[in-house]
Amino acid sequence: MTPTIVLAPGDLAIAAFLIVLDAVLSVVLRLRLHWQLGVAAARMVAQLLLIGVVLRAVFALASPWVTLLLVLLMVGVAGREVGARPEQRLIRLGNFAVGGIAVAFATGLTSVLALTTALRPDPWFDAHYAIPLVGIVLGNVLNAASLSLDALLGGVVRERAAIEARLCLGATSRQAMAGLVRAAIRRGMLPVINQMSAAGLVTLPGIMTGQILAGIDPMEAVKYQILLMFLLSGGAGLAAAGVVFLAARRLTDPRHRLRLDRLAAK
Amino acid sequence: MSEPRLRLEGLRSRLVGPFSLAAGAGECIAITGASGSGKSLFLRLVADLDPGEGRAWLDGQPREAMPAPAWRRQVAYVPAESGWWGETVAEHFPDLPAARALAARLGLKAEVLDGAVLRLSTGERQRLALARTLLGAPPVLLLDEPTGALDGAAEQMVEAVLRERLAAGTAMLLVTHDPAQATRLGGRHMVMAAGRLAPVEDPPG
Repeated sequence: MTPTIVLAPGDLAIAAFLIVLDAVLSVVLRLRLHWQLGVAAARMVAQLLLIGVVLRAVFALASPWVTLLLVLLMVGVAGREVGARPEQRLIRLGNFAVGGIAVAFATGLTSVLALTTALRPDPWFDAHYAIPLVGIVLGNVLNAASLSLDALLGGVVRERAAIEARLCLGATSRQAMAGLVRAAIRRGMLPVINQMSAAGLVTLPGIMTGQILAGIDPMEAVKYQILLMFLLSGGAGLAAAGVVFLAARRLTDPRHRLRLDRLAAK
Repeated sequence: MSEPRLRLEGLRSRLVGPFSLAAGAGECIAITGASGSGKSLFLRLVADLDPGEGRAWLDGQPREAMPAPAWRRQVAYVPAESGWWGETVAEHFPDLPAARALAARLGLKAEVLDGAVLRLSTGERQRLALARTLLGAPPVLLLDEPTGALDGAAEQMVEAVLRERLAAGTAMLLVTHDPAQATRLGGRHMVMAAGRLAPVEDPPG
């Protein structure tokens, strides 16, 4: 797929004038944003150029090991993000362990499924497909997992009396936590449901827009987008459920106790 | 009966204990002590809600031999601060007719069972939480300030129901700040200080 319109550095420079316009606005209206704006724009350009160079190199190498390494790196960073978002922390870096495992599992399963069934590049781990796919699935998985983990850890502290009341009446820890577990998983899945309902009406999804701009037939772009949406909702559900079950396990023990001592003191 | 209803031996957590005591069927042990001395932690430890060491028996049955939910159904802890997992009061009571009968005996108006948890007063919550546990007819009760939020009349009704349970063979560990209640219900009186229990000789009269 050759892009119909190739961007020259000059084209980007013209667009960069819009950032300068923003900076002028900031100065005139005293928004005190011009410094941040400049740094953010510079970071964006540097980061994207860097990833462009990396991707080009990885694609050229066409080595499954290098691809796997990059994927693992991306998953690791996402797992760290999931663990870092919630206000409450599980002790012994539990947030990162729980986040990393859930993210790796959800992303791995959905990405491999898509690569071996729907997309079927040859070989199936071809970096051209695997890396962008993992990237977009990871973004959603990260969002779902961090929302769910935050909901569970926050909820368990807030609803401690209710959970222990059930335990005192002879409920198992699974029964006592069931309501909270459901609420936390729902919390993580809401964004992807919203995204699917709004797709095409409120927003033109980014991938589709990008493909149409790159000259792909809209119907082909739409089919890609539908596939992606299914992947994203599958990934989000797996990640939300995974992170919640793993964290709930750490917060209870075989004697059906609620172990809030396994949350780090703030 | 040779075995006491509840027996504790060397029960301790990182914060309190060790505790060793025995309570026979129909016996009430009243526990007083300053705030923060470990009274609630002691009851939580007996209910197996906090991890710790040591052993406990119910009618000679070791605690570790039964699943924790089974233990807690029989050695039932009622915390001072009640917890509610649903919005309506009724959903916390599997047997509503029995709940209504008991609620009336605890001085609660019939309507409270049909309302929302958020509308309950502190005293109503406390008595409903006690009722919820009593309906399971546990052989051992671990009560943490069961009348802490109640006025005199309601307190008397609760004590009457508790005395009836004692007469029926229930063993009770009762944490209270009120020495008079300790005397009214307690066969034995112990005091908690710095995470240790010691017997108190009640002054005569």
